[in-house]
Amino acid sequence: MLRLENISLTVNNNGESKDILNNINISFVPGKLYGITGPNGGGKTSIAKTIMGIFKPNTGSIYLNEEDISDLDVAERAKKGIAYAFQQPPRFKGLTVEDLLKIARPDIETMEMRKTIRDVGLCPEDYLARDLGPGLSGGEMKRIEIAQVLTRNAEISIFDEPEAGVDLWTIQRLIFAIMQNFKTRPDATAIIITHNENVLPLCDEIIVVEDGEISAIGKPDEVWSLIREEIECQRRNECRGEMLNEIQ
Amino acid sequence: MKFNSLDWELLGAITELNELPKGAINIRKDGEAIVRNSSPNITISSFIDKPGIIVEIKPETKDESVHVPVLLTNSGLKDKVYNTFIVGENADITIIAGCGIHNESHADSAHDGIHEIIVKKGARMKYIEKHYGQGKGKGKRIFNPTTIIRVEEDGVAELEMVQIEGVDDTIRPTTAYVGKKASLTIVERLLTHGEQKAESDVKIYIEGEGGAAQILSRSIARDTSEQVFRAAMIGQTECLGHVECDSIIMGNAKIKAVPELVAESADAVLTHEAAIGKIAGEQLIKLMSLGLTEPEAIDTILEGFLR
Repeated sequence: MLRLENISLTVNNNGESKDILNNINISFVPGKLYGITGPNGGGKTSIAKTIMGIFKPNTGSIYLNEEDISDLDVAERAKKGIAYAFQQPPRFKGLTVEDLLKIARPDIETMEMRKTIRDVGLCPEDYLARDLGPGLSGGEMKRIEIAQVLTRNAEISIFDEPEAGVDLWTIQRLIFAIMQNFKTRPDATAIIITHNENVLPLCDEIIVVEDGEISAIGKPDEVWSLIREEIECQRRNECRGEMLNEIQ
Repeated sequence: MKFNSLDWELLGAITELNELPKGAINIRKDGEAIVRNSSPNITISSFIDKPGIIVEIKPETKDESVHVPVLLTNSGLKDKVYNTFIVGENADITIIAGCGIHNESHADSAHDGIHEIIVKKGARMKYIEKHYGQGKGKGKRIFNPTTIIRVEEDGVAELEMVQIEGVDDTIRPTTAYVGKKASLTIVERLLTHGEQKAESDVKIYIEGEGGAAQILSRSIARDTSEQVFRAAMIGQTECLGHVECDSIIMGNAKIKAVPELVAESADAVLTHEAAIGKIAGEQLIKLMSLGLTEPEAIDTILEGFLR
């Protein structure tokens, strides 16, 4: 189980300190699929990066199976079983897709590597030897990023907006691949950061993050009405703003 | 001729050989040819008036290779050698050159290789040259390879020039002439560390109509090392030319990249890209999120970059 206790994160932005996360308390239970959603800039990715150890919180602790991992760095947390698919994966000139998958899991068999690449909708014959440089599109990089997390079979897998930059047809395939991987491992926890209205209902629990705080948490049918209300409210405000602009 | 373990170590580093290959070969050690074999299609002979060899590949020779490595193990030796390669019409050949220096003394060891390569009409050639230095002596390990290559009509040539490590000083002038519908690719990979200095000066003249050439340079400068990379693409007719230099800079190193495009014809299409930067933090974090430590992540990025 992964537990975040009283996590607060403040960053220094051009001399001004800005609160990013404020007293976050969440527990992620094995065998569950969590969806984290909320407005842009609300703190969703910051939670993911804090779990992975990329961001160091100012206060609070993180426990993995009751072990305090707050002081562990990114690599140490990865070895403990946390995997993170970046929203915008970096490129590496000279490293191939196969290299990256083998770094992710050194003992991976070729057949499994090929299957994972197929699962994210890419042809292994074409892609395993491809350079992770500018020759790959953003969508292709994203699929490879997800494949790389799937190969790890980690205890905690975090997918940061898997739908961003990916075409509509591929999103379904990626979500299916994530679900399939997750369902075969009852002790695993998957966390998907998403805005996708088709993905959120598939989650066991939805966590809504706004202004650095958790504004709602619960099963999809419990939280869904709140999300819909928020979306409708935002739409109304946008329409009102547009009308006011037109009048002025 | 028996090779000692040091010879094999150097040979392995520059040619990946762990035994003598069949076919044409010339190994020069400490200023003398210690192994020389010609093959039915590849003749190796000495110059009469200067140190060095002439390698002649018969027309239509296919899928053969010739090894011409140089070893310097006598500290303080300054070896200058002239090598000429003539690749016959429609041949398809790989030339594996390179030099390894082992220097344990306070005196400098140097190898100046002056290579002239002629790729005849319709021939294809891949030329691989690796430079490597080792040894704990304070004497420098110096390489100054000069390359002049001419690719005739419909010829295709690729030069892969690699400086692996341990080279204290190098000045590498390369001049190329590309003929009608011929193609030339120069791939340069360079690593400097400590107080090493490397200077590369490439000039490609695309003389023939429909000719194409590209220079792809990747380099890493660590510690306080210094690199200068000049690459000039001169398009004299309807042609395509591209220069790409990409460098990673670390520590207190210095890199100067000077890509130059000269169009002497309105039909010349010439492009260049140049980038110098340190390893991106997000690249390190990405690899660390897969379980690599920071030094392992740096090594992985650098190894991939120079591959």
